[in-house]
Amino acid sequence: MAARHPDWSSDAGQQVLDALPAGDRLVLPALQALQHAFGHVHDEAVPLVASLVNVSVAEVHGVLTFYHDLRRTPPASVTVILCTAEACQANGSRALVSEVEESLAKLGGRTSDGAVEVAEVFCLGNCALGPAALVNGRLCGRLDLDRLVAAVGAARAEVGA
Amino acid sequence: MTTVYVPCDSAAVSIGADDVARAIAERAAARGLDVTVVRNGTRGMLWLEPLVEVATDRGRLGYGPVEVGDVASLFDAGFLDGAGHPLALGVVAEIPWLASQTRITFQRVGVIDPLDFDDWRAHGGLLGLRRVITAGAVEVIDELVASGLRGRGGAGFPAGIKWRTVAAAESDQKYVCCNADEGDSGTFADRMLLEGDPFTLIEGMVIAGLSVGATQGFIYSRSEYPVANDTFRAAIETAYREHMLGDDVLGAGVSFHLALREGAGAYICGEETSMLESLMGNRGMVRSKPPLPALEGLFGKPTLVNNVLTLATVPMIVADGGAAYGAAGFERSRGTQVFQLSGNVARGGIVELPFGLTLRELVEGYAGGTRSGRPVRAVQVGGPLGAYIPASGLDVPLDYESMIAINGMVGHGGVVVFDDTVDMAEQARFAMEFCSRESCGKCTPCRVGSVRGVETIDKIRSGVDRADNLALLDDLCTLMTDGSLCAMGSLTPLPVRSALTHFAEDFER
Repeated sequence: MAARHPDWSSDAGQQVLDALPAGDRLVLPALQALQHAFGHVHDEAVPLVASLVNVSVAEVHGVLTFYHDLRRTPPASVTVILCTAEACQANGSRALVSEVEESLAKLGGRTSDGAVEVAEVFCLGNCALGPAALVNGRLCGRLDLDRLVAAVGAARAEVGA
Repeated sequence: MTTVYVPCDSAAVSIGADDVARAIAERAAARGLDVTVVRNGTRGMLWLEPLVEVATDRGRLGYGPVEVGDVASLFDAGFLDGAGHPLALGVVAEIPWLASQTRITFQRVGVIDPLDFDDWRAHGGLLGLRRVITAGAVEVIDELVASGLRGRGGAGFPAGIKWRTVAAAESDQKYVCCNADEGDSGTFADRMLLEGDPFTLIEGMVIAGLSVGATQGFIYSRSEYPVANDTFRAAIETAYREHMLGDDVLGAGVSFHLALREGAGAYICGEETSMLESLMGNRGMVRSKPPLPALEGLFGKPTLVNNVLTLATVPMIVADGGAAYGAAGFERSRGTQVFQLSGNVARGGIVELPFGLTLRELVEGYAGGTRSGRPVRAVQVGGPLGAYIPASGLDVPLDYESMIAINGMVGHGGVVVFDDTVDMAEQARFAMEFCSRESCGKCTPCRVGSVRGVETIDKIRSGVDRADNLALLDDLCTLMTDGSLCAMGSLTPLPVRSALTHFAEDFER
């Protein structure tokens, strides 16, 4: 789950697209494959996808900006995605978010060293053990600030950030 | 040899089940004991997770919640022989919380090793699919109609009728799409089934394909469920190897193929037409209905769209008969509902019971009140688009029609409990904000109405022209209810209005 990706190049991007099975030669699966490979969808990838699927650049842009997951800039080494939906709210996620914003980073922002980014999500399906978060793809439950900081520390150590 | 079970379910892992499994295996090895650690799904008693079970001649004995630090003392006490320990729970299947349930859809979840095909078959897997092959599609759909099964995704449409419509449609290609885009906060049953009993869902989808004449299936899951997706992909591979999928299903000369597609973080893609657009690789924009997806669905072809729980219940209905399933239930809500207890609860998890029990039985009985120990103030039933029910309203029976009668809904069966520290005006604002963030933007009442809803609630909360703005908010709710294209915009007023009706004092602070 370590967030380490090769640098983007049009050639490398085209290789990812060329490797797509026939059934995945659609805009969203193509963008997901690029993001999986490079951690983000580079602006230069948009016309490549348009050409692959034979749609306009505008349509690719439309899909790229519709889905919350798809991102146009590289991720930090560690991503923390905090659940802020109702079941976690009932277990104190609003207070946890405030603490995280004070001690770690604002939602949508990064720690001062740039190594950790914090975002929010509506529901991770861990509603009976909230507050919940995904830390580099790993689900954590019954979080308080201490447990979250420990999980972030472990993730940083794992990816050497 | 002794078999020890430690759940692999993400919820259990989120509080340390992987570490516990590792510690048990290491300590057994260090002591030279012959122990096999099986990673099962969860029994759904989440307050007891990580719940470790040991297979003994008395049955599977439970210990929980187990932390890594407890493992040494479990070995010292002799838990491999079922010995007593402060964390001992006795025979797991006899724990009243579990034993009192009617587990049909969830009968194998937590019991079996999710990816062990032989274990699954030994627990009744394939019985339904074999019956389709021998009895034929017409009889299977008749059983489904007789069962009274209604769509478990939330809309509650009779499943058999939908199947009949797709079966009757003429086309060179039809599809079966399983909606696993379980985005409602407070719901996790789809995820637990994907992680805990994936072959049963695959069996349900193959039965569906053979019954309606579809040869290709897709399951649309969430990127937020990485473990479930990995498990399900592995299950698909095994199912191909075991000829449950492929060009010659179980040697019967019929074809059905299945692939998993991941969403990309859009709540609206749980709406069926939006999901179909997303499966086609497009923006998840909601379509107008008609045409029904049953006639013009994926790539314009007749498409059966059902929720995970609907499709995973089909094998049991087909194997045991529609009448048996439909015998349980309440009025027009037949069979069982998989309720999910969450939020501020003492005992969260999965409660599968026939429709018709009261919300109080769930909240005060099974959930045991709040985890914080404070009084229950509000219970949101049916996800972010469901109503907030006050503590005084817990005697409502849980079935589709009774919930509609109190301006609520069963939805996907999520029950989220809040204690008396909740600010219901803040919850109403969140309902509008959620809609504004997740709206696909196609229709104006939802796209613009939700933004205006947030602004208007902010004015009410800060005391600006309160009476006028309350009237405006009520008008806005009417407009969104009547004018929105899909359930997202038309149901967002449910939580807002229920908060206004039952917790008016929170809007006057």
